[in-house]
Amino acid sequence: MRVDKILDFIAGIGRTLLDMVRMAGQVTLFGLLAVSHLVRPPFYWRTFWGSLVEIGFFSLPVVALTALFSGGVIALQSYTGFAQYHAQSAIAGIVILAVTRELGPVLAGLMVAGRVGAAMSAEIGTMRVTNQIDALSTLSTNPIKYLVTPRLLAGTLALPFLVIVADILGVMGGFIVCVMKLNFVPQAYISATLSSFKMMDVTVGLAKAAIFGFLIALMGCYHGYHSRGGAEGVGAATTAAVVAASILLLTFDYLLTDVFFSQ
Amino acid sequence: MTGQTPKIRIRGLCKSFGPKVVLNGVDLDVMAGTSFVIIGGSGTGKSVLLRCILGLVTPDAGTIEIDGVDVTTLSPRHREPYMEKIGMLFQNAALFDSLTVWENVAFGLMAAGRLHKHRISRADARKRAGELLEQVGMDPAVGALSPAELSGGMQKRVGLARAIAARPEILFFDEPTTGLDPIMGAVIDGLIVDCVRKLGSTAIAITHDMASAQRIGDQAAMLYEGRLIWQGPATSLLDSGNPIVDQFTHGRREGPIKVDVRV
Repeated sequence: MRVDKILDFIAGIGRTLLDMVRMAGQVTLFGLLAVSHLVRPPFYWRTFWGSLVEIGFFSLPVVALTALFSGGVIALQSYTGFAQYHAQSAIAGIVILAVTRELGPVLAGLMVAGRVGAAMSAEIGTMRVTNQIDALSTLSTNPIKYLVTPRLLAGTLALPFLVIVADILGVMGGFIVCVMKLNFVPQAYISATLSSFKMMDVTVGLAKAAIFGFLIALMGCYHGYHSRGGAEGVGAATTAAVVAASILLLTFDYLLTDVFFSQ
Repeated sequence: MTGQTPKIRIRGLCKSFGPKVVLNGVDLDVMAGTSFVIIGGSGTGKSVLLRCILGLVTPDAGTIEIDGVDVTTLSPRHREPYMEKIGMLFQNAALFDSLTVWENVAFGLMAAGRLHKHRISRADARKRAGELLEQVGMDPAVGALSPAELSGGMQKRVGLARAIAARPEILFFDEPTTGLDPIMGAVIDGLIVDCVRKLGSTAIAITHDMASAQRIGDQAAMLYEGRLIWQGPATSLLDSGNPIVDQFTHGRREGPIKVDVRV
């Protein structure tokens, strides 16, 4: 009896693993199919511009505020630690390194995953359960080409732009806290920031952002496209899209950091 | 009836979802220019049959010929020319809620233009959408509204205008009067009959509204337990001589059809 329970438990783990592998394969094929439509006309520019504005412009306030306060928090936390060793001069370098390498891309990505990934999934999911996707097929329009491909491209291009804004505002947040609250000399802080600035950090941050943008849009579109069962199904797809995008984003962040900065 | 080859010919069509057998060997011939109505209870597979013909659902077995060509064996790309012959009015109209009414109506025209490299300008598409809206008894000014601002009956009319926009050779109507009051139902049926006559199209409608079936159809058939158990003129629906059809069309509780009311 006990052996049966143990075997059932192991079988359950096996089934879960197989489901995960199957889903990974389905997502990969879905993404490759959508990307292949980039080079096969027609391309739906109106959907692309709409998504670009939705992701790149309307996410600006939330990304800007997040970056500004995160930069400030890094400065404040670093000060409490570094002041004990009289190493306050390193704070500017810590802020720009943390913001350009990690906080900018990751926080912008998580904010966009919550805002845009959820919206994409809900919109496409609603289209699925109200037969709008079937209607596209009956109107000489490939649903993946029309709905998914432009969103993937928009996500890939918009997130690096948001990360540039996040980088600038994150550094500015650190500057404001250090100068206004901790009484640093502004010129000295700017000088330390510039001397710690590395183009490589920014470039890798932007590359990460492009990959995160693609993954967020892919998760939003995939889960929305495959949603089932009315409003409840759309809700579940939206949750799954945000959770999957966030996990993938952090996983890829680790992998890319390992590739570029591990030495 | 015109010509020897049926416009649509179905043989031995089968489709199951898991253990549930939905279509179990459907045979059907629809001659060109005929209005064919398929009746049947809820969940008997009427919509699945239409979706199989449209290529939205892949049948497990059987053939579906359009103009003598088995479309089930064609790749999506080679199937496209046959799908372009078909217009579809969905049960809930399935209008794209991110687009205006006129963009919905002209969607198929613009999509076909993109595919065949004879692009239609937005101004021309809007003008054509206005004409189509007039054809279904609507003011062209409605074109500027969003689908959400329309009543159910108006949405059905817009859906009809969209379905006939590309002058399809075949028109499908999925429960065209569901959710409408009897007068609006009769109005929609009248518009469907007018449009089908003007275009000279072949029409297949699925419904369980007997009044609608008799108004729209020349020929009728009943789908029961996965097969077409009766075919005949739509005028004889109420006195078919088949006990199953008679029970269904008269809405009798007693008879060969056993309704399982348990949840």
